[in-house]
Amino acid sequence: SGEVRVNVVEWGSGFLMSVQDGASAGKTLPERVKIVEVGPRDGLQNEKTVVPSEVKIHLIDMLSEAGLSVIEATSFVSPKWVPQMADQVEVMMGIHRRPGVSYPVLTPNLKGFLAAVNAGAAEVAIFGAASELFSKKNINCSVDESLQRFEVVTKAAKEAGVPVRGYVSCVLGCPYEGKVSPDKVAQVAKRLYSMGCYEISLGDTIGVGTPGGMTEMLQAVSREVPVNALAVHCHDTYGQALANILIALQMGISVVDSSVAGLGGCPYAQGASGNVATEDVVYMLHGLGIQTGVDLPKLMDAGAFICRSLNKKTSSKVAQATCKL
Amino acid sequence: MGNVPTSVKHCLSYEQLIQDYPWLGSRLQEEKEMVPTRVKIQLINMLSETGLPVIEATSFVSLKWVPQMADHTEVLQAIHRSSHARYPVLTPNMHGFQDAVAAGATEVAVFGSASETFSQKNIYCSIDASMLRFEEVICTAKQQQIPVRGYVSCALGCPYEGPIEPTKVAEVVKRLYELGCYEVSLGDTIGVGTPGSMAKMLHYVMEEVPSSALAVHCHDTYGQALANILTALQMGICAVDSSVAGLGGCPYAQGSSGNVSTEDVLYMLHGMGIKTGVDLSKVIEAGDFICKALNRKTNSKVAQARSKSS
Repeated sequence: SGEVRVNVVEWGSGFLMSVQDGASAGKTLPERVKIVEVGPRDGLQNEKTVVPSEVKIHLIDMLSEAGLSVIEATSFVSPKWVPQMADQVEVMMGIHRRPGVSYPVLTPNLKGFLAAVNAGAAEVAIFGAASELFSKKNINCSVDESLQRFEVVTKAAKEAGVPVRGYVSCVLGCPYEGKVSPDKVAQVAKRLYSMGCYEISLGDTIGVGTPGGMTEMLQAVSREVPVNALAVHCHDTYGQALANILIALQMGISVVDSSVAGLGGCPYAQGASGNVATEDVVYMLHGLGIQTGVDLPKLMDAGAFICRSLNKKTSSKVAQATCKL
Repeated sequence: MGNVPTSVKHCLSYEQLIQDYPWLGSRLQEEKEMVPTRVKIQLINMLSETGLPVIEATSFVSLKWVPQMADHTEVLQAIHRSSHARYPVLTPNMHGFQDAVAAGATEVAVFGSASETFSQKNIYCSIDASMLRFEEVICTAKQQQIPVRGYVSCALGCPYEGPIEPTKVAEVVKRLYELGCYEVSLGDTIGVGTPGSMAKMLHYVMEEVPSSALAVHCHDTYGQALANILTALQMGICAVDSSVAGLGGCPYAQGSSGNVSTEDVLYMLHGMGIKTGVDLSKVIEAGDFICKALNRKTNSKVAQARSKSS
């Protein structure tokens, strides 16, 4: 699986070496990348139109058929706060679970966790933030307080044998604080990892990051958490997502979050784009000779389906290009 | 210092990235409505104020083929030329070259292709025949001390032939360079390239032509442009073509995006601590202007985000 490339000083020549190998993936890029599909949860949560349960279930089933191995299915937050996810139990019960595919759900607290397990969830996710202001504004408590809350969840999850994935938001910038220190990101990531999260997804929540900031942040975080326990969750609000993902891959990251059809706009810049489109990520990865297990045409079918249901255009450039040629 | 590690700065001489050349492609060519001459002139003048070192102003092709560029002489003569910018124009043949010089052009560009079929379908002749045509232009230009920039289209794929052999691209690039082009821009005409194919193609091309004489012209049809540009930068390329507001769709995929937006490229470069000498907010203003004039939305995500955030 090649050595971990934390030190980017030789990144230029390292990349060249991979080209001289002939194979497009070479030594510095992973051979395989796991895609974590967040469309049905993160994507739909940020879409204005509330989507019927059958549509959500069908979307998740189509995504399972497309070869994705992790599909974030729903969220066990209070329906008061997120009406889009009010049908959480129905969705969990209704989806056809493909063997070998994981369907994590968000659980912000113990109550949500218990409800999730009751509804059949076999993996959960918790969301921390690297910005104090963002934490206060988003979940009404400080970063420390939120981590304490999560510790209750991770403890219960451990006892129940349920794996937990951790998210850190605002890793490359905060809509309120502006710049976020890479060391702060590393601290929060480390805490989540130490309390038992098997993987930490680093989210560029407002998409302001560039390959420069991504490099710096990943250097800081990978000093505290092993790189094979890290994932990147890039937003494409400033068009930087694929470039940021590429840099992350060069630094040894092999797990990438994305959303079919680029579902889910940016709640901090009305009308701007949010999540990076899974189709565009897969196109890049396959072009690099990296395996994903994803069938791109089937994935595009799923994207076309959900866009029809939402009555909106896809945000995926690959999808736009393919249907127009 | 920015986010670039010191040692990379040394070996890649990032200070030389001042010669980063975001270009306004002749993308107005692909906009369906006829853009009034005064709008073109104002756009170019606004771009001159941004610090962009090279702005492709117009095209001296036959009016029959590209009616959008019929006002080429008027545009070239009316623009206010900044002392720190250059204004190349497209000249496909001697006729166009002579008209361009008569109109005051001080730099020209010729367009070749790495694909035979594309060459035939686009300019009605083989690659070889086109090179003979360009040779004439380049020789004459040399005598008049007019620099010539070469373009090679279909560098990462052709709408007719599909994948293009990197060795073929290298051959065509080498010919243009040896004929006398000071720089050759490698165009991913239909935007199908990825960092994988970009790296491979550059590897072969750079065996024939120094990286200092190369540029990349990436299309964003499949969303790959910035990742491809990043790859090119990592391999030593320091000239990048782009188009304000991402003007110019893809003529081979109706309704799809084409050129990468200058705003998005600048955002990435500046975020990496790379110098360009260009003022991003002024480029955004120029983009706003032309989009209003064309009554269309920008293709730049940076421009969209800036206008939407509180």
